[in-house]
Amino acid sequence: MLQIGLAHYLTVAAILFTLGIFGIFLNRKNVIIIMMSIELMLLAVNINFVAFSTVLNDLVGQVFAMFVLTVAAAEAAIGLAILVVYFRNRGSIRVEDIRMMRG
Amino acid sequence: MILSAIMFYLFAAVAVASGVMVVSARNPVHSVLFLILAFFNAAGLFLLMGAEFLAMILVIVYVGAVAVLFLFVVMMLDIDFAQLREGAARYLPIGLLIGIVLLAELVLVFGSWIIAPNVAAVAAAPIPSAAAMTNTRALGDLLYTRYIFGFQAAGMILLVAMIGAIVLTLRQRVDTRRQSISEQLSRQRAETIEVVKVPIGQGAAD
Repeated sequence: MLQIGLAHYLTVAAILFTLGIFGIFLNRKNVIIIMMSIELMLLAVNINFVAFSTVLNDLVGQVFAMFVLTVAAAEAAIGLAILVVYFRNRGSIRVEDIRMMRG
Repeated sequence: MILSAIMFYLFAAVAVASGVMVVSARNPVHSVLFLILAFFNAAGLFLLMGAEFLAMILVIVYVGAVAVLFLFVVMMLDIDFAQLREGAARYLPIGLLIGIVLLAELVLVFGSWIIAPNVAAVAAAPIPSAAAMTNTRALGDLLYTRYIFGFQAAGMILLVAMIGAIVLTLRQRVDTRRQSISEQLSRQRAETIEVVKVPIGQGAAD
């Protein structure tokens, strides 16, 4: 219990990842919360990377966690920019309203 | 040992609790603030694991840039969030179901996980001891040599994201008057003023 090992970190990451999935379902209409849930899931992935890096004594896991961080930042910037433009044009960010290309 | 265990449970508990609040808070501003709290505690977990540089990057990049970007957007857009939340209870059962199934799968996978005993011998880049080299330097040694192409690609991704965000949100407003310096500089005297000879007692014709 007091010996913190790989399993503890993986459990935290699994719970955070599941919370991210759950958040997407719970806030189906709100794009902003969905993006925050995605950030939460990426954070869980990063915790997994770093935990394995520490336990396996391999630095490559931290390098890849950094790449994940980069992509997450780029994704947030582009996603929020699209959101702002969409709101400016349509006046709403409801997910159901985004269906112009459905045909 | 016992202190690090206490810190782990503290960071993990706060991170999970704030994760719950992120997805369940009524006000999106609170969601963002709880997201920031979750990032801080994840940085604490990184510190416990010895990844100091990533912990600081997490605080600077995630809290300083991404979360604040979220905060700006949430506060800038005038959205009726109460309307967005209605009908959320309808998706609660299926969300819970999928969440529980996923968690069970993850626990099954990680619970039955056995790490090969000789795995330390095949590490691609063994972590140097903290006394020999700092975590930042070790990471830099690896990132700027073996992963230089990945590093460059990450830089390109950030550049494209920056240009894309600017191009998407920049707009030429037609209802504002802007200064046009080239137009001002290319103005000629002839097209601006006119010297009129005014006859005495008659005034200037228009």
